[in-house]
This record gives sequence, structure tokens and C-alpha cells, in this order.
Amino acid sequence: MSDKVVVQTKPFAITLDVGSSLLNKTGTWRTERPVYLDRLPPCNHACPAGENIQAWLGYAEEGDYEAAWRKIMDDNPLPATMGRVCYHACEGACNRTQLDQAVGINSVERFLGDQALRYGWQMDAGEPTGKKAMIVGAGPAGLSCAYHLRRYGHDVTIFDSSPKAGGMIRYGIPKYRMPREKLNAEIERIQAMGVKIELNTRVDDIQAIRERNGFDSVFIAIGAQSAKHIEIESDESIPMLDAVQVLRNSEIEEPTGLRGRVVVYGGGNTAIDVGRTAIRLGAIEVTVIVLESRAKMPAHEFEVKEALEEGVRIVDLRAVRKIEGNTLTLERMVDSADQWPQPSGQFETFEADVMVQALGQNVETGLLDGIPGVVVEGGIVQVDHCMMTGTDGFFAGGDMVPSQRTVTTSIGHGKKAARSMDSWLRKEKCLPVEKHELASFDKLNTWYYSDAPRTIRPMLDVVRRQSGFAEVVGNLDEGNAQYEARRCMSCGNCFECDNCYGVCPDNSVTKLGPGKRFEFKYDYCKGCAICATECPCGAIKMVPEDI
Amino acid sequence: MTQLPESQQKVKFYQTGTLTVGNRLLDEEHRNVQATMDRSNSLDSGHRACQGCGEALGARFAIDAAIRATGNQLIAANATGCLEVFTTPYPETAWSIPWIHSLFGNAAAVASGIAAAMKAKGREEVRVIAQGGDGGTTDIGFGCLSGTFDRNDDVLYICYNNQAYMNTGVQRSSATPGAARTATTMPVGAEPGNAFNTGKSVPLIAMAHNIPYVATASVHDLHDLEMKVTKAMGVHGARYIEVFVPCPLGWGSKPGDTVKIARMAVESGMYPLFEAADGELTGVTKIRRRIPVDDYLKQQRRFAHVFKPNNAHQLEQLRAIAAHNIKRFDLLARDGEEL
Repeated sequence: MSDKVVVQTKPFAITLDVGSSLLNKTGTWRTERPVYLDRLPPCNHACPAGENIQAWLGYAEEGDYEAAWRKIMDDNPLPATMGRVCYHACEGACNRTQLDQAVGINSVERFLGDQALRYGWQMDAGEPTGKKAMIVGAGPAGLSCAYHLRRYGHDVTIFDSSPKAGGMIRYGIPKYRMPREKLNAEIERIQAMGVKIELNTRVDDIQAIRERNGFDSVFIAIGAQSAKHIEIESDESIPMLDAVQVLRNSEIEEPTGLRGRVVVYGGGNTAIDVGRTAIRLGAIEVTVIVLESRAKMPAHEFEVKEALEEGVRIVDLRAVRKIEGNTLTLERMVDSADQWPQPSGQFETFEADVMVQALGQNVETGLLDGIPGVVVEGGIVQVDHCMMTGTDGFFAGGDMVPSQRTVTTSIGHGKKAARSMDSWLRKEKCLPVEKHELASFDKLNTWYYSDAPRTIRPMLDVVRRQSGFAEVVGNLDEGNAQYEARRCMSCGNCFECDNCYGVCPDNSVTKLGPGKRFEFKYDYCKGCAICATECPCGAIKMVPEDI
Repeated sequence: MTQLPESQQKVKFYQTGTLTVGNRLLDEEHRNVQATMDRSNSLDSGHRACQGCGEALGARFAIDAAIRATGNQLIAANATGCLEVFTTPYPETAWSIPWIHSLFGNAAAVASGIAAAMKAKGREEVRVIAQGGDGGTTDIGFGCLSGTFDRNDDVLYICYNNQAYMNTGVQRSSATPGAARTATTMPVGAEPGNAFNTGKSVPLIAMAHNIPYVATASVHDLHDLEMKVTKAMGVHGARYIEVFVPCPLGWGSKPGDTVKIARMAVESGMYPLFEAADGELTGVTKIRRRIPVDDYLKQQRRFAHVFKPNNAHQLEQLRAIAAHNIKRFDLLARDGEEL
């Protein structure tokens, strides 16, 4: 027997050191890994101004209205204006439509825009670059371009022939849709950043002004101001007006010529605006004559509805053929599934005192004659993907280039042109902005979105109906604006609901804290994909591992 | 009736209400345990459960909630089964609480003993949980469980119900539903899979013991689960909670669908969520968006044979079970009733 004493270092029957399961890196089991990503929400995708709607609604949800407003201001310098006049394509694209109703994005934008004016929130210009830009036209495209160029630090001067800035927002959109004090305040805010606006200054020779003032680059956005006319056989017993002039005169408080029985010819939003303006100016009877059927007329449905409520009559499928002795001769048109309405050969008469043509507008391209390289096709100025015309450093946007001709599109053009011009001024290449993949409805797990309590829904319906134009009715207040913002599903973008962090059976998600989102612990993640399935907004994607 | 814990309060007007694990718009103190940055992670990473294990998820949810409710004064006894095997392959463990592995059948008795010891030592603030799978609870440990209930010992027993013996290779238990395929109830013959009209409901049997608290919960509804565990830890005496935990391996479902399948089981009426106190039913979790039973079954290969034409009668029986649950527990919200 040995005298050596066996020292028992471990309890009975233990052969291995005790330890935590953390030694066991189960990440090696994985064949697919979850990754966080930001997908493009459909609202952002649909916005012609390229607003990051999901992001600013995110701030509004928290009640941080200033941060929300500043997020809008990254793209659109006129939220109070756009919250009134935008046709909100975003709401049409909203995934929430497939659940209950779209988020009232437009009304929240309007609320935020008004908050900014109430509290006097301002924007700063960028560090001065010493570069000078010239802009022709103080409409939405010109103002937007000027604002963004100032943010880049360039020196900007806008020239406009009208007595006030705003372009078609002021001279084409009636006051009942766009209160002027809001528009004025938003323009003043841009001026406060150092943008110079030369009013009552008609530019006839761009090149001369450019050389005289040493402008490095030019953005031209003079819009489409001249009314389209069609020739109608007439004995001139009924005066013929055009919509652009009527709306402009109404703005500058000149006689519009609208009186008695007014006929407006055209089916677009401008025709409806003229009709509603005529009602307000005391016409006895207002009739909008539309060539297309009621269903196919281009005016927006809610505007038509409001016009009808106000007493505007709409007569569809009629063409005006002749004017004689205070009487219009109308031809009935026949609707056809895929063609333009066809004449029927049946005629009727209609008495009127004045007729307004609202059949669209043309661009006055005379200003561009003699500028080498600028290409005009079909009366519209051609630009490349950077909003640059055929002439180097010479950009164009708004209604005068191929476009949907809405204020929002013009805001987007101004932003894009400013970005391109900034690259051009810094002698860099203008690169298209990379877009994330779309966060379509099938990417969402909508189980997690709560329904609006039934007691709240009727009130919201009213609020949503108010969104937009009718300034006679109230705005969202803080309570319901925040509620409306909170209906946003944050499609494709993490909103820190903690689901991935909670539902991981392997505790393989690290929560990084408010605003910092999450991180996967790939050492332990087995790639089960529960996180991706249970992510409400589609911000997690499974990708194959290289094995 | 006890007041709702704060995490269960109705949050109106929020993006996701309290349906998600957390909600950044909620006050910190109103959030779930699982949403907190410093949660206890009683069952940590590196355990050896299969991908998408519902039991691993349910166990962390329940024990973390119990840790918060007891201020970390908690001991757990664990029956043999998946939960024991995958968490603690000796000498390594994924648990970060005092934890003891009992036998397959005596977890309830061991827990009763621990509770008695704590009482004898005057450490009654230390609370005791027994836990196990459905095999260790409804079959093998049933006698000990009933004894704990009978004596009204101060123990919360949590059963993670995945409806078969998964650890040993998917054999039938008395919690296996009718028609389900297991290794011992193969889908052959005129009545393929597990026989109907067999098995038992331990939650209802627990109620028959008139113990202070009985509840069923599911891994898909974390707020409901945490609320029930918290409530259970708020009372003394014998308590029982059964948590519905899908098993991708045993059920033939996708690992990523574990939470979804649990949700579908509840929303189709196949697994009713309810609470009972002193033998009386005190509340049910209403179905929020009812789905057809077939949609739930189609997610799982163990039910694939019921969709064959000559097994249509089995499908009918499964639908009838859901309909019966909905009626018996009154699972549908009435018109105008807010969920």
C-alpha cells in the first residue's frame, strides 16, 4: 500500500469541469442566418417628393413633433402647404389599406406643418461653398430646389415674373384649399435661410443674367402657364375664358368674369377648382361639362365629391360643339371600355352666360430658344435622370419637363435637381440613389397590429375626411394626430417592438437600447427563423449560410 | 379577482398595443419581462434544444416572469424530459437559477419537499416551481402531481405541453390529440394516428382539486403568459399552469413557425386559454381572429393523413373538438365586446 494520499479535487463521480451552456456554440448548426434590413415602405415609394414618411411618422408616434417635422424637411420644405394640396399617393399605397384604412398621412403632415409655423421652427443653411445658383420660377420646384441648395451651402437667387412667390400653388390653387398665410409663412422660412427671391422680374435672357451675376449653374422651372384652347364655332354671344387666367385673377383680386350661369369645360382638378371658385364668387349656377364619363374623369374623387356638395353640377359624356345666341350645342358622347369617348350624333342645347375652358396647360418654351443643347419635344423640355437638360450645368424641373404635373412631383424635382446640381458643382458624378427592396404587404405579420377601438373609429373617419382641403373644418389636434401616426405599421423598418428579442428560443438577440435596435448573437443563433416569421414589419430576412 | 398586472393593461391607440413582446411607446414599468434589457435569461444560450423549440421558449418566458415576481427567490425542480436533457447535459447547464433534476415521475413531490424544507428553515420567501413536459406530468408524474394538489403544497407546477414524449422519439402521451401521428400511433389502418376519445385534460383535473389557481397559456401570447405566471406567484398553495409549446420535430412543422402554430391552435379553438381559481373558471382569453381548424392542422405533418379523402371523418372529429371548446369555454367575443 502506498502512503500517498489521493486528494479528491472533485466531488464523487465528476470527471468534467462544471460549466455553463455558453461554452456550446450552437451557431454552428445554422444553415440560414437572420439579418436585419430596412425595406422601402410603399408610402415612401409612392411619394413623388421622396419623403421618408415611415420615419417621420415614427417620431410623431412618440410625440416628438419637431423631430418628425425635421424629417419631413429633409425632403420637402413646405409641409403645411403639402399637407393641404398634395394628392397623397402615399395613402393610396399604404399597406394598412389592406387591413382597415390607410393611415391619414396627409392630415398628420398638415398638423406637423402647422406646428412648425405655430412654434416658429427654422432651418439652417449649410456651410457656405462660394458657389452661386440661379433659379427661374418661384413655384414649388424652384422653391424646393432653392431650399435644398441652401442646405448644401450654395448661394441662391430665384427670379419670378409674378408679384408674389409660390407659382401655381398661389395662382392656380384657390384660397379655400390653400390659406395664403400658411404658404407665405413657409416661403418666408425659406427666405430666412438666405434664399433671395427677385419678384416682378421676368427673365428673357437667361445666359445674359447668368454671366452678368456670375451664376455657376441654373435651374429653370417656369411651369406650364399657358392654357390649352380648343376652337369652338361661336358667335361670341358667350364670353370664353381660360381657367389659368380665372384662377389667377381670383388670387390677385381682379374681376374674373364669372357671373350668372357658368359652364366649365374640362374634367380635371383645375376644372373643379374653377367650378368651386365660381360658386364662391356668387355664380347663379355652375356646370362642369366633362367629355369622359364621371368614372373616368381625371379629377380626384374627393374633390369632385366636395364640389358636388357645394352645388357644382357635373354633366359627363358631352362635347361642346357650337355656341350661338347664348346657347351651347352639346353632343352626347358614348363611353367605351378602352377608347376615348366616341361621338353619338345626338345633340342637345344648354344655356349659359359664360364659359371657361379648363383643358390643360402648355409650357411657354420661348425662354429656352437659342440655348444650345436644350431639347424640347412636344412642347416639353427633355431632361436626363439627373434633371439636367442637354446643356451642361443647366437643369430643369416641374411642370415643364415630363411629369405628372402635381405640386408634389415639382417638390421632388426641385430636390433631385438640387442634389444633382450640388454634385455637378463639386465636379462629382450624379449617381442615382440606391433604393431598398419594397416592403410589400406579404412581408408583414399583421397579427401584431392592434385594431382601433371601435369607439374611436367614427371620430377618426371624420378626421380623415377632413384631411386635405376644406379649411372650413378643423385640423387634427395633438391627441388624434398622434393616434393617427400610431396607426402606421412601420412597413419594412424596425420600430423596436422587441418581438425578435422576445421570441428567440436561444436567447440569441441582443437588445441595444432605445433607438439602437438589435443585434444577433450568431455564436448561438440556430437559424430557426422564428424572429423573421414573427417580425411584424418585415425587417428581418433569412439568408443562406455559405456551408 | 386580482387586479390586472400593469403589463396587461389595455394600451389604447398604440401601433401594436400589447400584442408584441414590447412596445417602445409604453412606459418602461409597463413592459414585459422579455422586453427588458436586463432580463434574467433564466434559460440561456447554448442549450441543445432543436431549432425553433417551443419548450425552450416557454420555459424562459415562464421562469423569467416568476423570477421577477419573486424577486429572484426561486428554486425549480425539473422532471426528466426534453427540458432537462437539452438544458443540462451533465456537467453543463443552461439554467441560471437553483435547479434540481428529479426523476421522471416525482418532480411535484421533490418540489413539495423543497417547499417544506424552506418552511422548516423559516425561509418562506423562497418560492418553489416544479416543471416538466406532458409525459412527466400527465402520465408518469401524475400521482405525485395529484398529491401535491391534494395537500395544497406551496408549489407552482408548470407543464410544457408539446403533446407527446419528444425526448425519447415522439411516443404518444395522454396529452396527444386524436389522429396525431406519433412513433406509437402510426398513420395506418382505418383510424390512423392516435385514437379519439382517449387522453385527459390535466388543467381540468387540477381544477377538480379546488386548488387556488389553474391556468392554460401559450407561447404565442407572452403578455397573457407573463400575467398568469405573475398571478400564480402572487398566491400561495398548489398552483398549476400548462403552457402550449409546439415541437417542430415531433409535429413535423417548420422551426420558424413555432409561435405561429401556437397562435393558430388558440385562434382555431383547438387550445383554449383559461384561468380558474378555487375550482371555478374565472376567465377565458377570447379568440381575436378566428381561423379554420384545417389551417392549423395543415401546418403539421403529424396531421397530414386527415386530409386524405378516406380519413375525412377524422378531420370532422377534429373540427368538432374545436367547436366544442369554443362553446364550452365561450371563446368568441360578443358583438361590440372589446378584446
